[in-house]
Amino acid sequence: MTNHWVDIKNADLVLIMGGNAAEAHPCGFKWVTEAKAHNKARLIVVDPRFTRSASVADLYAPIRAGSDIAFLGGLINYLLEHDRIQHEYVRNYTDATFIVKEGFGFENGLFNGYDPNTRSYPDKSAWGYERGEDGYVLTDPTLSHPRCVFNLLKQHYSRYTADVVSNICGTPKDAMLKVWEAIAETAAPDKTMTIMYALGWTQHSVGSQMIRTGAMVQLLLGNIGMPGGGMNALRGHSNIQGLTDLGLLSNLLPGYLTLPSDAEQDYAAYIARRTSQPLRPGQLSYWQNYEKFHVSLMKAWYGKNAAAENNWGYDWLPKLDIPGYDVLKVFDMMYEGKINGYFCQGFNPIAAFPNKAKVAAGLARLKFLVVMDPLATDTSEFWRNAGDFNDVDPAQIQTTVFRLPTSCFAEEDGSLVNSGRWLQWHWKGAEPPGEARTDIAIMAGLFIRLRELYRSEGGAYPEPILNLDWPYLKPEEPSPEELAREFSGKALEDLTDPATGALLVKAGEQLSGFAQLRADGSTASGCWIFCGSWSAQGNLMARRDNADPYGMGQTLGWAWSWPANRRILYNRASADPSGKPWNPQKKRLVWWNGKAWTGTDVPDFKADSPPEDGMGPFIMNPEGVARFFAVDRMAEGPFPEHYEPFETPIGRNPLHPDNPQATCNPAARVFKGDLEVFGKAEEFPYVATTYRLTEHFHFWTKHCRLNAITQPEQFVEIGEALARELGIAAGDRVKVSSNRGYIRAVAVVTKRIRPLTVDGKTVHQVGIPLHWGFSGVARNGYLTNTLTPFVGDGNTQTPEFKSFLVNVEKA
Amino acid sequence: MSSQDIIARSATTTPMPSVRQVDEVAKLIDVSKCIGCKACQVACSEWNELRDEVGHNHGTYDNPADLTASSWTLMRFTEHETESDSLEWLIRKDGCMHCAEPGCLAACPSPGAIVKYANGIVDFNQDKCIGCGYCITGCPFNIPRISAKDHKAYKCTLCSDRVAVGLEPACVKTCPTGAIVFGTKEAMKQHAEERIVDLRSRGFAQAGLYDPPGVGGTHVMYVLHHADQPSLYAGLPDDPQISPMVSLWKGITKPLGLLGMGLVALLGFFHYVRVGRNVVEEDEHGPDPAVHQVDPAVHPYDPREPRV
Amino acid sequence: MDMNRRQFFKVCAVGLGGSSLAALGVAPPTAFADQVRHFKLARTIETRNTCPYCSVGCGLIMYSQGDAAKNVAQNIIHIEGDADHPVNRGTLCPKGAGLLDFIHSPNRLKHPEVREPGSNEWKRISWDEALDRIARLMKDDRDANFIERNAAGQTVNRWLSTGFLAASASSNEAGYITHKVVRSLGILGFDNQARV
Repeated sequence: MTNHWVDIKNADLVLIMGGNAAEAHPCGFKWVTEAKAHNKARLIVVDPRFTRSASVADLYAPIRAGSDIAFLGGLINYLLEHDRIQHEYVRNYTDATFIVKEGFGFENGLFNGYDPNTRSYPDKSAWGYERGEDGYVLTDPTLSHPRCVFNLLKQHYSRYTADVVSNICGTPKDAMLKVWEAIAETAAPDKTMTIMYALGWTQHSVGSQMIRTGAMVQLLLGNIGMPGGGMNALRGHSNIQGLTDLGLLSNLLPGYLTLPSDAEQDYAAYIARRTSQPLRPGQLSYWQNYEKFHVSLMKAWYGKNAAAENNWGYDWLPKLDIPGYDVLKVFDMMYEGKINGYFCQGFNPIAAFPNKAKVAAGLARLKFLVVMDPLATDTSEFWRNAGDFNDVDPAQIQTTVFRLPTSCFAEEDGSLVNSGRWLQWHWKGAEPPGEARTDIAIMAGLFIRLRELYRSEGGAYPEPILNLDWPYLKPEEPSPEELAREFSGKALEDLTDPATGALLVKAGEQLSGFAQLRADGSTASGCWIFCGSWSAQGNLMARRDNADPYGMGQTLGWAWSWPANRRILYNRASADPSGKPWNPQKKRLVWWNGKAWTGTDVPDFKADSPPEDGMGPFIMNPEGVARFFAVDRMAEGPFPEHYEPFETPIGRNPLHPDNPQATCNPAARVFKGDLEVFGKAEEFPYVATTYRLTEHFHFWTKHCRLNAITQPEQFVEIGEALARELGIAAGDRVKVSSNRGYIRAVAVVTKRIRPLTVDGKTVHQVGIPLHWGFSGVARNGYLTNTLTPFVGDGNTQTPEFKSFLVNVEKA
Repeated sequence: MSSQDIIARSATTTPMPSVRQVDEVAKLIDVSKCIGCKACQVACSEWNELRDEVGHNHGTYDNPADLTASSWTLMRFTEHETESDSLEWLIRKDGCMHCAEPGCLAACPSPGAIVKYANGIVDFNQDKCIGCGYCITGCPFNIPRISAKDHKAYKCTLCSDRVAVGLEPACVKTCPTGAIVFGTKEAMKQHAEERIVDLRSRGFAQAGLYDPPGVGGTHVMYVLHHADQPSLYAGLPDDPQISPMVSLWKGITKPLGLLGMGLVALLGFFHYVRVGRNVVEEDEHGPDPAVHQVDPAVHPYDPREPRV
Repeated sequence: MDMNRRQFFKVCAVGLGGSSLAALGVAPPTAFADQVRHFKLARTIETRNTCPYCSVGCGLIMYSQGDAAKNVAQNIIHIEGDADHPVNRGTLCPKGAGLLDFIHSPNRLKHPEVREPGSNEWKRISWDEALDRIARLMKDDRDANFIERNAAGQTVNRWLSTGFLAASASSNEAGYITHKVVRSLGILGFDNQARV
């Protein structure tokens, strides 16, 4: 979230699209009801189903799953056509004035530089800015240059008229226009809309671009950086934000630092490439400090062994030959028999990943699988025959499976990062059952054994293992406090002010923030964005002062928020270019007091940069402003374009009916063998979408009696019209099949899913909740991912769980 | 709370102590804020240490399918199409209304099995319950359920144990959206007024408070978007009254104490019928034994079926 | 569970007697005794925690039985929302409100176990056996398949034949040390739930 949960109460309008906050985040959704009750806010829900969020909405519009870019692209066109944008914001805080290179172009659904053989854009050189002789980007503050971003944006979305969009999305035109008009009202500088989205946007083959389109709408309306505004990703799990922040992804290091590629053999070049220089005069471009963060990380991991002489242990980091070994890639390799060992720490991939048959076949080809979990997961028993739910022959599966019991939240100390980026400490209340241990103890136990084996036997490249710093008082189980202090960071030598020579931090003391980090090896911090969470004052994550003196809901003394306890990102943009809040009555966040930036939140800005210096609010971007034009950073191109889901009910992209290359995401990766098992509408005529229910949490609560009582048995939701057509009554058992398998479940027949008219055809949508499996105290059922396709978003590789094709029959 | 807090007691004609003058409390359920998440159901069962059976999906979101002796509250979902063809998903938390004139208490033949406290809570005392089911007959909302395990009647206590020590009921505390609120009855009526103003500003001209006079008002009230049609909300009675059968029963017991004994014998007969039935329902394919089967003989009217 | 004949007559007799007395207007004063259920949290220990489910990060209070004395195994008997928490302000959704049944789920794992190739059952093993065996399997695979240089002769130092899926609800501290260990081994097939 750019903002945070409580801040939603400051919104004038709430748009829930690509998510279902009432259902998946009920306690956060309270701030929507609060905005409605006490800020006269309106709530709009756009969703394929009339959800529990829709049940309390002022406006609801149905949409065909997977067509959100069209809906939002149409909204962009509407805002531009009707001149309903926040002009001053767009001109000063975005790249609207930037001039794009002459070679950039878009034709028949594809940007320039496409290679159909590799399904990618190998040459993105034209997706950039015109530079002046001084090296800075050329701009046109009058917005009249034909190649300024603003005009290119206008041109790109001019095709997205209300009729075209309604035809793609199936949204009735009157409902759509009502939604667009309500949203347009927040272009007023003193009004804000917040967008709340979740996996309903990420889980598409064009998911990242859906989110970008939403962000572009927010920029046109001047809603980013504002109280009650922002782009708010509602993360799915309690610490998925923290684990992402800590870089537990194939290509990342902590704090959104990135691993080198094979080509980056030279340490200095690796750093230089990530040290982005300002693209406009006077911009902060904070990634200029990349090396400070990187060296401090390597010092936290390798201690004294990381030194200038060995480039801070650069060779000890693995290098990538492809963009990343994401889960789809790894499970494809597993399926091909190229993976021998696999660890699942609190993760249930047989239930969570697409195409269960392929995932299960992959697991059966492993030599060993290690499951660490508090609960008996389906994955840990993938070899067990559970009848039709998991029809396997254990004797044929040669995988050795280890199952290690772990403690749960109630049985350990530590911190979690919520969706609003708050690091919150929690305390242990009881011992774990039986012999269960913490994940920390298990990882330490494995590491110590491996290190001992490499010490005594030698082996392949032992250096990074033997050199890893392990300074913990109990090496077999480091304490959470020691680890928290390590990722926050400390001075390794006395730190002095380079200008005055004054002592800033004594050697061994905790640092107060990332501004103190250095690239000379004198500081250590395991995750620079968490730096300061455990300062010399102690554990700030454990703070419990809930005072809210301004009534804005920022509670700066509660826990600790990254970065630097700032609660709303880009909050400099909540003030006009002269430094005064756009809405001085109700939306005061930060302002220039004549000497410094101050406010109800910690300014996310250089505190002493006066407004007249013109530093932009988007301090992480080298532009200093927000980007409508994504330059070369997105796989599909600089502007989002609507592409059909890989399993499309209409078989063509109505925007580019004559170009089959532009039907589905042209830059999405499709593995060999998966293309063949995409279903076609002739055989699988209905659009299916999967989701969670409020009564359950993924595949955990099927082990909890109280939750099993409230939603005991697997079901699918079918609209009344389709049910009538198929002769299905509520409570009947139905069989839902895709080209990859089938499930059987009870039919919930509902008025809440209505047929839509798309590209001249009637499209029925089917809703499939995902919480059941072949273990647990709830009634056993089929894993929903038996049905889903093995293809991901072109940038993140997040699987397309939200839109695929099925058939439905009475079972 | 102790006996000094009791202001009414089943089958008892001696004057109640009514010593303590306390504020009446109330729970207000704002249906327009309810998302049907069932947190209240779970919190209720967790606090009261109840675990109902893991049932089936019957083609709706309602689970369990009905109130039971182990499920004292549940969500009832109604899909309602308005005249303008727009859809409303009306979700109502069902449970004891804690009536000011409780039909259950009036109908109960066992002294002290049902009491009403000065703060408005109507509570069952299972130690004194004889399992006759008359409370179900007497309840215009069809709330109490007889347990197949101990043959006693159960229902929401408005968390009398929590309220007694100064806390709010478990369902109130947990409600994520603030659809359930708790306070003095006066404060809740005032809160309802503010909500009604907000709802009218959003186009619900008939928004209003449900505090039915037929039972003397209730200590569980609803804010409804369509207060003119309570029965839209899964059969919430439009104008609940205590069943005429209960009035009749009460009418003859007072002058004719001996006939009361005869009626007790009759109740024994009903009881025998019920217990006998439960004995033969051991078959695992039969109805769920934890669910009290509503006997039409003692139920002249089912509030879920609106009266013609 | 069901009544036998004797109990049935007893119930009828009590019912008859009680109702008769009531009908005659005589209620025993002892029947007015306190009948509200005892408040179960009077002396429990309170521990602050955070809900492990979604990312709202609701504050919890866990109530455990026992006073933390040497001879007591604290047992969590109830969980409710932390009223001081700025986001949830004491509320919990149906998942959070049911957390007690997660902690005490019959499907909590209690001992390390192994399922051998082709077997149809779990076998309980000790922690030492489990960790020793896993470390050996890891080292053998790493030694056999570690790639120090790619075809072009560039230093790449990666291990692709073993992968690691990290948790989505474990603490930052657990995640941090997991990352530190996994990267030191050269693993690239490393992801968490963020991807799905």
